[in-house]
Amino acid sequence: MGIAVEGARKRFGDFQALDDVSIDVPDGSLTALLGPSGSGKSTLLRAIAGLETLDAGQVVINGQDATKTPAQKREVGFVFQHYAAFKHMTVFGNVAFGLKIRKWDKAKISARVHELLQLVQLDGLAERYPDQLSGGQRQRMALARALAVEPQVLLLDEPFGALDAKVRKDLRTWLRRLHDEMHVTTIFVTHDQEEAMDVAEQLVVMNEGRVEQSGSADDLYDHPANEFVMSFVGEVNRLGEHFVRPHDMTVGLDRDDGAEEAMVQRIVALGFEIRVEFVLGDGTEVWAQLTRAELQKLELREGQIVYLRPGQTKSFSGDVPPPEGGGASTPRHPDGGDDAEVSAAA
Amino acid sequence: MEGHPATLTTNAPPRAGIRLPGLGVGLGRGLVVLYLSLMVMLPLAAVVAESTSGGLGAFWDSVTGAQSMAALKLTVICSLIVVAINAVFGTIIAWVLVRDEFPGKGAVNALIDLPFALPTIVAGLTLLTLYGSDSPFGLDIAFTRVAIVVALCFITLPFVTRAVQPLLMEMDQQMEEAATSLGAGGFTVFRRIIFPNLLPGILAGVLLAFARALGEYGSLILISGNIPFDTEVSSVFIRSQIESGNVAGASAVSVVLLAISLTLLIAVSLFARMGARR
Repeated sequence: MGIAVEGARKRFGDFQALDDVSIDVPDGSLTALLGPSGSGKSTLLRAIAGLETLDAGQVVINGQDATKTPAQKREVGFVFQHYAAFKHMTVFGNVAFGLKIRKWDKAKISARVHELLQLVQLDGLAERYPDQLSGGQRQRMALARALAVEPQVLLLDEPFGALDAKVRKDLRTWLRRLHDEMHVTTIFVTHDQEEAMDVAEQLVVMNEGRVEQSGSADDLYDHPANEFVMSFVGEVNRLGEHFVRPHDMTVGLDRDDGAEEAMVQRIVALGFEIRVEFVLGDGTEVWAQLTRAELQKLELREGQIVYLRPGQTKSFSGDVPPPEGGGASTPRHPDGGDDAEVSAAA
Repeated sequence: MEGHPATLTTNAPPRAGIRLPGLGVGLGRGLVVLYLSLMVMLPLAAVVAESTSGGLGAFWDSVTGAQSMAALKLTVICSLIVVAINAVFGTIIAWVLVRDEFPGKGAVNALIDLPFALPTIVAGLTLLTLYGSDSPFGLDIAFTRVAIVVALCFITLPFVTRAVQPLLMEMDQQMEEAATSLGAGGFTVFRRIIFPNLLPGILAGVLLAFARALGEYGSLILISGNIPFDTEVSSVFIRSQIESGNVAGASAVSVVLLAISLTLLIAVSLFARMGARR
């Protein structure tokens, strides 16, 4: 049960979007497909929905081979990054669309639509047109539209990607709660690791058309299979062949065997968390995540010489390239970049 | 030649007191009013005045005369047939030009505007050569109503295509995907999603094409044969009235054509506004 993809391959011209991808999504779970732009995550999601046909491989939905089933008959709820609202229909018309196709009678449609609009907190706005709604409201409408037909699975393609930070946070908490109530098998695509870890039970990390690793957020964070996963899920510093999380860096003021000499370059206070950036003797830049109390105890100043002792380090053999930004020393931020890559290349 | 249909769909809300560079607000507006008065309002007023110079009774007699009624009826019916044809084919052409990729697409796209650019008398001559008594295909439709429809189809071809193209280009294709994944088949997606989004463009294009067809003269004068009660359209009838000295009668029919065109243009701007609002 749930969703299974076996050996999926898809090529767009010269671009290998999916290269032998297999995933297993348990029934009723909430799974995130996480990866950078061009990693193939959106293509995989669209292939599950039938919006993209695979060159090879199999899609199994709730035990049924759906590989050859057209999108129209897959009983899949799909939510798009840019809402794909039917502009010429009211909110009511949008949500009722799938039910009208299924020839429900009017009274039943009306009851079901209002039930869903209540669920997504848009009940008073049924007669509005999509362009009279905010982005967050439009996406909730799109979700209600997808859920109206009681799909076997719910697929969300960067659902919060076009929204501003505050609305994003609210919506993902809300999605989490919604999933707890509905228990429909859900896959959502994101390039934001924090969002994935916040919302999903299971994460599938993708890169260059392949699955790098899948598992719970803790699994991936504590036991990354390779350098790519380590640096994509969470922050990381690179010290030679070793990788260390910024919160695993101990800063000492006294010379110490096995500790690296470093100069404090910049101290950035981000509320409770303090980010201290260092430069090592060989020019490598690393950073440590400290608490406000730790910083006060150390009394660090910019330009000061300190000694860094990495706690838990990891090293990987193999040649998986780090994600963009070098992965090594620069602090990475989840960017708000648009991820229309693969579908646009189609 | 009428305005390009695409320009009608960009009705930005007017902002008060915008200055043209180098011109005061009042001067700019004054120039516009003066120019429009000289070029548009005054001639229109003159035609209206001339048409009623013999009194309203004479005006009515001119319009409802057997020959003028036959010409008006022929003109309106042919124009209706033509815009119906071009509504369908214009939309299909727009669809192919926007959604398909094929070699020579740019050339085809440029070709669409040819009927706008070609002198209409040249179009008429071409059609006469192709479909006249010396037709290389043995297809002689000259001096028939079919010829009128063919010529008008040629002349009004670009209107619907050019009005629909921009709407298609900015249409969100994910709407179609969303509808498909909600269970809609190809025809339902077209009827419920694509068509409603193109309708304002189709209607605007149709109305402009209709207005254009009503007044067409150049392409018809050679190929229609101008047989009264058979293939004589209103514009040709107007000319024949002037030639026989009945200026008031010619003006009366002109005013009727004018009234129809004006009503349609108002309708177009309403549709354009409707399209812009959604």
